[in-house]
Amino acid sequence: MLNKLYDWVDERLDITPIWRDIADHEVPEHVNPAHHFSAFVYCFGGLTFFITVIQILSGMFLTMYYVPDIENAWQSVYYLQNEVAFGEIVRGMHHWGASLVVVMIFLHTLRVFFTGSYKKPRELNWVVGVMLFGVILGLSFTGYLLPWDMKALFATKVGIEIAASVPLIGGMIKVLLAGDSTILGAQTLTRFFAIHVFFLPAALLGLLAAHFIMIRRQGISGPL
Amino acid sequence: MHRGKGMKFVGDSRVPGMEHRKPNIPKDYSEYPGKTEAFWPNFLLKEWMIGAVFLIGYLLLTVAHPSPLEGQADPTDTAYIPLPDWYFLFLYQLLKYEFASGPFNVVGAIIIPGLAFGALALAPFLDRGPERRPSKRPLPTGFMLLAIASIIFLTWESVANHDWEAAEAQGQITEEVEIDTSDPGYEIYAGAACISCHGDNLEGAVGPTLVGTGLSPEEIAEIAVNGIEEGGVQSMPPSWDGTEEDLQVMAEFISGLEAE
Repeated sequence: MLNKLYDWVDERLDITPIWRDIADHEVPEHVNPAHHFSAFVYCFGGLTFFITVIQILSGMFLTMYYVPDIENAWQSVYYLQNEVAFGEIVRGMHHWGASLVVVMIFLHTLRVFFTGSYKKPRELNWVVGVMLFGVILGLSFTGYLLPWDMKALFATKVGIEIAASVPLIGGMIKVLLAGDSTILGAQTLTRFFAIHVFFLPAALLGLLAAHFIMIRRQGISGPL
Repeated sequence: MHRGKGMKFVGDSRVPGMEHRKPNIPKDYSEYPGKTEAFWPNFLLKEWMIGAVFLIGYLLLTVAHPSPLEGQADPTDTAYIPLPDWYFLFLYQLLKYEFASGPFNVVGAIIIPGLAFGALALAPFLDRGPERRPSKRPLPTGFMLLAIASIIFLTWESVANHDWEAAEAQGQITEEVEIDTSDPGYEIYAGAACISCHGDNLEGAVGPTLVGTGLSPEEIAEIAVNGIEEGGVQSMPPSWDGTEEDLQVMAEFISGLEAE
């Protein structure tokens, strides 16, 4: 049944090359924890992606309740946390996932760094990886404001002041992020929501695609 | 791809006919070195197990530690000590040092993090040699170890210097309770010294909130008269100087306040 379906699609769209490319990419012995336990360090990238997927899914569910407005944001998170069935779990996964993804991407960066895997011919993939690190940190920073509780507001104030201290363009960055040159309020919350939910995830998905296409193209770096 | 005379396509599309297709059979991995195996399905199943173990730990963390939520944002509270999420603590701590704050703020906020992140992004162009072993490229290894040590040290300093009890107290969700200000108990409360520390709505100020204390009227009267002394520290002075009857009425009023 499944084979017939596959053949039906394949006859029209010739999907075998792309399917064989995904299924057949060889996993060398030195990255396989089944053969060398120390190769678990090669799992950090995959686990980063795994948490990223969980973040996207849990985030999608959170937006079913969350209201990006200063009157209702905190109320909606409080309701989600205390009243909604499994709301505490979904928010908990998103909250802890934000920490775990930073930990895992840091470990993944260290693995690539200390195995020297960023060297020729993989320079571009390293640069894209560092950009992904920046996007993840941006997602953490913008997501921190969204519950609109005390620590969110004041941590964001500090963060925006740091951004404002950039020479020359600091003032413009501040207005771009906060929506106003002095007030951190309703505009800031909607902007951070838009950045957290639309702009940065779009950048994240684009960079991830580039990251994975480059890995498939070059294969994983050889043993030391 | 083979194109040209004799090529057959599927209908009017550009997809070649079946006789020109790549066969859908796995590669022969015996020609690869060592124990190389296929991603699908061999390796993915093993990777899946690592993912499952990781997910269990992740879920246990989520269940054991519900994510925190402090009181609703109040921009007028100027006494609040801000704290970023833990993975930004080292940057936050850096800004507290003299060479990186005040007039030199740009050093701690932009120059040091910018140099570090820029060097990270440009690592392949700064470290161009062919050698990959960490021991064979001492400079990159040394700088990275220094960066990791700095991050750990700064995070540690930040955590050690932060007043976690004050942070917990300042973020608490305060219960809003309708106080019946015409109650004789409230009038006595407002006329006594209590109101100056515990607030107009008993919501707490210098002293804690008196709503939902869970104490009996006798215990409250006792505290009002004698104050609170813990471990030799007088955290609340003896405050009551009115009559016994008023004390009784007020203690019953405060004891009856329940959080919603």
